[in-house]
Amino acid sequence: MAEAATELLTTADGRPLKAALAAAQSRAKRRAFLLVLPLLLFVLLTFLVPIGYMLKRSVEHDGFSSSAPALDAWFTENPGFDPANPPEEAYAALVSDLARMQVEKTTGMAGTRINYTVPGTISLFKQGAREAKDLVAPFKESLLALDPEWGKPALWRGMSAASSPYTAEFYQVASDRKLTDDGWARGGDKDRIYLYLFFKTFLISGLITVICLLIAFPVSHLLATLPMAKSSLLMILVLLPFWTSLLVRTTSWIALLQEQGIVNDLLVGIGLISEDGRLTMMYNMTGTIVAMTHVLLPFMILPLYSVMRVIPPSYARAARSLGATSWTTFRRVYLPQTLPGIAAGSLLVFILAVGYYITPALVGGADGQLISNLISFHMSKSNWSLAAAIAGMLLVAILLLYWLYDRLIGIDRLKLG
Amino acid sequence: MTVEPRNDAFVAFEHVQKSYDGVSLVVKDLNLMIGKGEFLTMLGPSGSGKTTCLMMLAGFETATHGEIKLDGVNINQVPPHKRGIGMVFQNYALFPHMTVGENLAFPLEVRGMGKDEREAKIRRALDMVQMGAFANRRPAQLSGGQQQRIALARALVFDPKLVLMDEPLGALDKQLREHMQFEIKHLHENLGITVVYVTHDQGEALTMSDRVAVFNDGRIQQLAPPADLYERPENSFVAQFIGENNKLLGTIEELSGDKALVRLATGELIDATAVNVKEKGGKTLVSIRPERVEFKPEMMPPGAHTIDAEVVEIIYMGDILRAVLKVAGSDDFVMKMRNTLGQTKLVPGQKIKVGWHPQDARALDP
Repeated sequence: MAEAATELLTTADGRPLKAALAAAQSRAKRRAFLLVLPLLLFVLLTFLVPIGYMLKRSVEHDGFSSSAPALDAWFTENPGFDPANPPEEAYAALVSDLARMQVEKTTGMAGTRINYTVPGTISLFKQGAREAKDLVAPFKESLLALDPEWGKPALWRGMSAASSPYTAEFYQVASDRKLTDDGWARGGDKDRIYLYLFFKTFLISGLITVICLLIAFPVSHLLATLPMAKSSLLMILVLLPFWTSLLVRTTSWIALLQEQGIVNDLLVGIGLISEDGRLTMMYNMTGTIVAMTHVLLPFMILPLYSVMRVIPPSYARAARSLGATSWTTFRRVYLPQTLPGIAAGSLLVFILAVGYYITPALVGGADGQLISNLISFHMSKSNWSLAAAIAGMLLVAILLLYWLYDRLIGIDRLKLG
Repeated sequence: MTVEPRNDAFVAFEHVQKSYDGVSLVVKDLNLMIGKGEFLTMLGPSGSGKTTCLMMLAGFETATHGEIKLDGVNINQVPPHKRGIGMVFQNYALFPHMTVGENLAFPLEVRGMGKDEREAKIRRALDMVQMGAFANRRPAQLSGGQQQRIALARALVFDPKLVLMDEPLGALDKQLREHMQFEIKHLHENLGITVVYVTHDQGEALTMSDRVAVFNDGRIQQLAPPADLYERPENSFVAQFIGENNKLLGTIEELSGDKALVRLATGELIDATAVNVKEKGGKTLVSIRPERVEFKPEMMPPGAHTIDAEVVEIIYMGDILRAVLKVAGSDDFVMKMRNTLGQTKLVPGQKIKVGWHPQDARALDP
């Protein structure tokens, strides 16, 4: 019996069944493919290409390598040179490149590239390029006479790394590591900018997710159990924020929470706080948390609602009839069944929060900035590669989270409404 | 219809009323006594109030007025989880995130029962429904019939004295349903529990119950054992709702005791048994079961009135033949004939005379 089942089945005229099936379906498949083709191209163009480009920028920068060909060539020939004491030929190559930069006006570009890893080098390069044509051999002495900084091992390490357009140095910087005379090392406490902000961003996002969950759970339950007419009205209220500009919503929180704002006025008015004791709830972390919770709440409510709506009330009734108190019923019967919704909503809110930019920028002040604001800062300073490296790390972190979610809960159980 | 409260009733509804909107009553003055160990079925069309009654008994709905007593104690204010009533739901309501064993353990765990005792009880309950091998499955891995058995086992595992069943067989196919009807019936007999069963399937009600309460419009129309319900309906709703019935509209010509002579609209006279008609000259609806209609003179009781009929159609149904007749102006009068070897073959257009025993023609309210 089992052998008969594995035997190759054929159609009446002897063709293999699989081939016949494929032929019969090929037309439908082709048509289906053509239908999704525009979307596929759109996703490719607007999603995969930009992300790929961003990731490429995070490991690629030819600002130095393209403007210093002589030094490039020398670094290629002498990969094992001693950065503490480079030979005369290296200095000669450097001086000829500096002279060339002056002519081609690429000093700024090259200096900026080195400046990313060795701060303070733009001015050094500018001065060197100006004087390069007047320098005479031996170039090591004459260049060091111009500025002893030229002999710093860290500088030579930086130039050596920058002589290739491809580098992982931006990721080193984004992980709070510093290029020292002895190579890359962990930075001091005052340099802990990026990892600290990553940590803070994840913590705040987690907090916002928890607050959203606590607020959204009862609301979703109400939405799922109210009669249709009332739940529709409530649903409009939930969706209302989607129809209002993000900017308007955020600024209205400013109007509410700022020191001369409505909430503080009210608290002073009823005598709960004194005029001098007005609470600072805006332009700090509190402002970021409050405004972002408000903005992201619908993303928690909708998946929860979609899961709760299809849980029949008979489960709770069954549990009650079997002798469970209402709390036990909630904990052991209702809550476990809402888990796919909780997981989906939390994942959605958390990922959105981690990458959120506009709200912390508007209401966060100095204290309430998140990692995205730093990415935006570096982009505005034209340090695209570092911005891309931070964004790349963020992407990896999110993908890790996604993987973890898949392992723990299963992506197929995700319900997004 | 008022039933005086009996002290020995295990479950008692006393003057219970229920309104959801404060405007209309879904249950109107319900009085119902259910004895210990009884299998009582609430039967009725949807919206007749039967499920509401069951929900009030389970504690998921509160009675707007009146008292519900369980074993002599008023339970109006007792929350559902303290009533100790087992319940089987229409969609089984097995917890999908728990295995069969965990589902059965649930009522025992919330009662704080020890692990060993729990295991023993779960085993016994599963064996009782012949599902012993399925303790580690999830409900989604079971067929409808198997889920049904598990739901039954879960409702019985904590030894409730009263079990409520809300159309538990509604989702099963016909064969399985009939099989489960007998299983539930046998469980009831073996365990000696009291069962209140809600259904809209009259066949189910007649097969399983000790007594059936027919609901309509928020009232019990008749409360009787299945045979009485079928053979002696007390009003025209019950006559129409239970089984098939021919109805003939007429006027009471003579009335003596429970014997009535009815003149049909078309002038023919027929014999009937007066059930809830009071006076001569009153309108009445005479109802006759199709299987009690006879067309062979030798089968009719002597002196019975016969009326003319014309065969409209013969429908072959296997075990029976169904003849649609034109009788007294209506052309949907049905007569059922057993499909025996020597059965007379009727053909459409054939003129015959039909009659019945006066006991089988019940003159009811119009």
